[in-house]
Amino acid sequence: MRGYITKRLLIAVVTLIGMSMVIFVLMRLTPGNIADIMFESAGYVDQADKKKIEMELGIDKPIPMQYLSWLGELTQGYLGKSYRYERPAWEIIKPRLPVTLELALLAMAFSILLGVPFGVISAIRQDKPIDYVLRVVSLAGLSMPSFWLGMIVILLLVHSLGWIPSVTYVSPFDDLRANLAQFLFPALAVGYRSSALIMRITRSAMLEVLREDYIRTAWAKGQRERSVVWRHALKNASLPVITLLGIEFAFLIGGLVVTETVFNLPGVARYLIDAIQGRDYPVVQNLVMFIAIIVVLANLAVDLLYAWVDPRIKYGKA
Amino acid sequence: MAINAADVVATPSLTDAPTRRSAVGRFVRKKPLGVAGAFLMGALLATALLADVLATHDPTRTSMHVLAAPGADYWLGTDNLGRDLYSRVVHGSRISLIVGVISTLIGAVAGGFIGLLSGYIGGKTDLLIQRLMDIMQALPILVLALVLAAALGPSLTNACIAISIPIVPRAGRVIRASVLAIREFAYIEAARALGVQHLRVAFRHILPNTVGPFIVLVTAQLGGSILVEAALSFLGLGIPEPYPSWGRMLSIAAAEYAEKAPWLVIWPGLAISLAVFGTNLLGDALRDTLDPRLRGS
Repeated sequence: MRGYITKRLLIAVVTLIGMSMVIFVLMRLTPGNIADIMFESAGYVDQADKKKIEMELGIDKPIPMQYLSWLGELTQGYLGKSYRYERPAWEIIKPRLPVTLELALLAMAFSILLGVPFGVISAIRQDKPIDYVLRVVSLAGLSMPSFWLGMIVILLLVHSLGWIPSVTYVSPFDDLRANLAQFLFPALAVGYRSSALIMRITRSAMLEVLREDYIRTAWAKGQRERSVVWRHALKNASLPVITLLGIEFAFLIGGLVVTETVFNLPGVARYLIDAIQGRDYPVVQNLVMFIAIIVVLANLAVDLLYAWVDPRIKYGKA
Repeated sequence: MAINAADVVATPSLTDAPTRRSAVGRFVRKKPLGVAGAFLMGALLATALLADVLATHDPTRTSMHVLAAPGADYWLGTDNLGRDLYSRVVHGSRISLIVGVISTLIGAVAGGFIGLLSGYIGGKTDLLIQRLMDIMQALPILVLALVLAAALGPSLTNACIAISIPIVPRAGRVIRASVLAIREFAYIEAARALGVQHLRVAFRHILPNTVGPFIVLVTAQLGGSILVEAALSFLGLGIPEPYPSWGRMLSIAAAEYAEKAPWLVIWPGLAISLAVFGTNLLGDALRDTLDPRLRGS
């Protein structure tokens, strides 16, 4: 168990270091340096100003040095400065964190609450009409762009209820109802997609487990269906589902990028779009790294959860 | 949605069935959803090929009839610049299909190539390549594509590149897994014993047997690529004007005029969803057919 955790931690660290290199290189794919781009949009170039900014950004130094100093700043928790807002990026990100976090958690909760039970039902009623219906519904969920689903939801709400999406963020601690009214639909729009994936993996895992000998034994003992399916089978079928949750978390963040834009929620993901469109490249670099860190941490959490759920890992066999 | 390539490989291929026709017949009988998917894909392809015939207007020409409601002249209405929405949706199929197919193929071929070498060479090379793939997969597809698209600048080619790169590690995984299984077969050992060169073994004897997983992979990824293109264009980082891209149609015009002209939101989005739905249905059915563990289930 300890060996497993140490190994996972090491992999996470290696992944993050590799990730930082990839992001660093990606951000330098653009022809010309960041100072060029910033001045290009301003229209005129004052060489002295440009030199000053280049020095401030540290891009007058050799590339490996730039990388190391960026890494140094990151480990100290410095996420760079936004040139658009002339403020440290962290000051802009911090108030946006609860928005994205709430949206992600709500969407995740929806996807599990919908995906797992429907996946189980689909598996135990295999090839029955209900199975076909659920499979088509879940495939539809995977086929719709989540931002489009969001737009359709807004349209329907506006037309049927006269609902107007509020512009400012309401904290759940100030007004829970208003907050939920704001987050429920975007979370559903993102969560639908994830729930479709979870349903599919639950279904196939259940189908496999339901054919195992110990399930036949449980049936032979005269156990009720409810006990066989939900207690015996689902327990083992949940392992691949947990793995998927880790992977799906990355997808979910991707989905948030557009959903926050559509629903006008001031979250971190939307700030990424803002920064990209405003060519605030130092911020983009740090924000992408920030997202990578969150994804890697989420996967680490899933790995640890896995160790806790799967006794084979707990007793050091895998 | 992990595709277990090793299992796909170990099965007799479709051609081992009594005749090819009966295999197709069985597919039609057993997989009605797959047939529906094939039908949708066929419709998408036909629309893209016949766009000039099917369209009633020039998709890029603006007119005075701004935000006209659907009617006899403009079947699906017009947008904020007076362009015929029906013709734009029809022509949009070309962009979706071209960008989807090209970027999926680039990503799948590049990833497949890396997976083939990684799996065949094995050892430290394999380990290093696999870690690299892990790293690339740690970023959400859309975020990676977004950053790439922003760094490269908006153009048709750059959009294809930006969408294809996140596919590389995923394709690499699938092909590597199937190469690892094939490598152990006796006929590979026999080929080596006869003195066949490594490269020839990899490309002549292993590569052709990865076709099954490759087809499944490409179909499964195609829908994803279409969705990523739509999202990139929606955010203004994908296909630039004047190409009529479904994602782009949804962005500015639809967001601003959604209440006055809901058709601007409904139709392009429906087109994206149907196209992706088709690839998903077909991809699912193909995987079931090529994957023995699921066959008959």
